[in-house]
Amino acid sequence: MSKSATLPQAIATQFNRGPLAYAALTLYVLVTSALLLANTRTSLLTDIIFVLFLFGLLLIYRARVVGGYKLALAAALLLGVLPYFGTQNAFYVELAIQAAIFVTLALGLNVVVGFAGLLDLGYVAFFAVGAYLWGVLSTPQIAQIAPGASPVSPSMFYLFLAVGLLVGTIFGILLGFPVLRLRGDYLAIVTLGLGEVIRVLAVNLDRPVNITNGSQGIKDIARPPLPEVLRAILPGLGDAQIYQIFIYLMALLVLGVTVLVVYRLKNSRIGRAWEAIREDDVAAVAMGIPIVRMKLLAFAVGASFAGAMGVLFAAKQQFINPPTFDLLRSIGILAMVILGGMGSIPGAMLGGALVTLLDLQLLPRIAMELSALKRQGIGIPDWFDPAQYQRALFGLLLILMMIFRPAGVLPDERRREELREGEAETSAEVEPAAQSRAASTS
Amino acid sequence: MALLEAENITKVFGGLMAVNSVSLTVEKGSIVSVIGPNGAGKTTFFNVLTGIYKPDGGTITFDGESIVGLRPDQITQRGIARTFQNIRLFGNMTALENVMVGMHSRLRSGVWGAIFQTPATRTEEKRARQRARELLAFVGLERRMDELAKNLPYGDQRRLEIARALATQPKLILLDEPTAGMNPQETAEATELIRRLRDELGITVILIEHDMRVVMTISERITVLDYGSKIAEGKPEEIRTNPRVIEAYLGRGAVVEAQMG
Ligand SMILES: Nc1ncnc2c1ncn2[C@@H]1O[C@H](COP(=O)(O)OP(=O)(O)OP(=O)(O)O)[C@@H](O)[C@H]1O
Ligand SMILES: [Mg+2]
Repeated sequence: MSKSATLPQAIATQFNRGPLAYAALTLYVLVTSALLLANTRTSLLTDIIFVLFLFGLLLIYRARVVGGYKLALAAALLLGVLPYFGTQNAFYVELAIQAAIFVTLALGLNVVVGFAGLLDLGYVAFFAVGAYLWGVLSTPQIAQIAPGASPVSPSMFYLFLAVGLLVGTIFGILLGFPVLRLRGDYLAIVTLGLGEVIRVLAVNLDRPVNITNGSQGIKDIARPPLPEVLRAILPGLGDAQIYQIFIYLMALLVLGVTVLVVYRLKNSRIGRAWEAIREDDVAAVAMGIPIVRMKLLAFAVGASFAGAMGVLFAAKQQFINPPTFDLLRSIGILAMVILGGMGSIPGAMLGGALVTLLDLQLLPRIAMELSALKRQGIGIPDWFDPAQYQRALFGLLLILMMIFRPAGVLPDERRREELREGEAETSAEVEPAAQSRAASTS
Repeated sequence: MALLEAENITKVFGGLMAVNSVSLTVEKGSIVSVIGPNGAGKTTFFNVLTGIYKPDGGTITFDGESIVGLRPDQITQRGIARTFQNIRLFGNMTALENVMVGMHSRLRSGVWGAIFQTPATRTEEKRARQRARELLAFVGLERRMDELAKNLPYGDQRRLEIARALATQPKLILLDEPTAGMNPQETAEATELIRRLRDELGITVILIEHDMRVVMTISERITVLDYGSKIAEGKPEEIRTNPRVIEAYLGRGAVVEAQMG
């Protein structure tokens, strides 16, 4: 560690370990929870409190306290405070659901891009496949394909989460197989193309046989039957609200499973092989790693989570149409991974949550507040429509982020090291011979 | 029977005959060297043997089986390991992890094992870690196992590459200039290590080497390449005095001088 620790750093260290860490963490969690429960109205203030509340999860992750306490605090926030708050204000649960969905997608894409180093610009295709799977099979749309067939029972939903996982895997292999011999930029362009192919198929497969119902999309998608337990736990609430909390809990479950799976894969023989391929594919293959097969595996694993989340997404929205699965969405998920820190699991999660919150909550709210000011005739020129500039602000934030934290907000430990090295190297002259030696291939 | 039999290997880049009808037979348990001036085609020959390049002609039989057309990972699995002239470690992985990557083809656990942390997987991981530590100890790097490969000094990186190659459990190891860039002390240690590969582990060694003292002390046979072709083959003392070899290395005048002096 650096010898010249500044005062704020010294204080931060104090709060990071020891009894003070427990006290500070608990206090923070209690205060943000209390504030949240005291402000149930949808407003800018609640937005800020909500973000601070979620920030608590990051603090819990970073704090030097025992694992059990971390788990207990996180569970209290995610399974207690947040759903309870949701019974008071549905908007924020909706946000949390969206965040859980996109964090899962970011984790899946992180396997492909971050672990295996394969730039995939068509990732949302697998999400679409899962969504259409449940969308078509759980609605009368199925009769269009197989006349006389009736939709599957809504209680089959749980089974279809697994089927979505499987179908995602299969599509991952099918789409991955022809392209994985390509490298870098070529792979990116081809996956971009394949992603678009899936979307265009969704638009056009209403003829000759109406499979996807074209650009009109599929509506009235079935939701799983509401478990009676939830009605008992949450008395006095309408079904719509209980449903939302139910979906929230399921999204959290899928997310939890995803986190566990990617952690374990990362620290396994397979994760090591992915990392080796990313570091040097010639050396990797010379060490006996079948690269194409391992890349295919990364593609399949990444796609499987997207497939399962697609099923849940369809059930949550109850309506899906092709524009939801466009290129911009793939790029958005990629932005989450890069923003958080490629290859880093906490990074992908933070990136996913951050982008979702910015996109759905903070930026629209800022635009709304600005518009309100404008209507009152305060200081904003006529030509400036805040709502129109929302995306620009988002882009600007991304650029600033990449300038000031090029390795992401929560980079993988090793990549952070890599970056520090890079800085050291630019200050100290590198032996030119060694550089050219490293650059040439043997 | 010979462990490796390469016959009339040819590799062409554009119009350049990088390797021109080179044959090499390596007996089990021997240490042989491939030498030659810069650009002679030595590394290209290794790349053909390990499947990184497909030969434009010739046959390769390893352990009684043809390996032409196999992928590099399949060839590694059959028992040929290698190091690289320009050190190609996985820089951002630790020394231990580098060695564990080398074990990939010898480990079985897959996606299910990893996700469910089955007892079989857990035992296998534990054993692999233990074995990797032993291999690091064998090359003298046990103290540095948790350091990132790219932070190791140059000589240690070369040794780590050997440990990583050993992790693939090879019958034959190809070392491409293992002492390049080393000082005399390190070179002596590396030479000793190469000898131990054969004597203690029973691994057959093919060595590309520029340092003649190393070549002459440890090889049983030497093959000399020049402009892609084999110009000589034999025991060290035969090679030392071979006029064609001296000419290839030092030019025509040197041969005359050597003969006169
Ligand atoms: N991938 C390639 N494409 C084109 N030419 C190549 C390629 N690899 C090697 N060559 C050429 O083939 C010839 C043999 O190169 P090689 O690297 O095998 O020589 P070497 O004997 O290993 O030399 P050194 O002692 O310098 O390592 C050289 O002229 C080189 O430029
Ligand atoms: Mg060479």
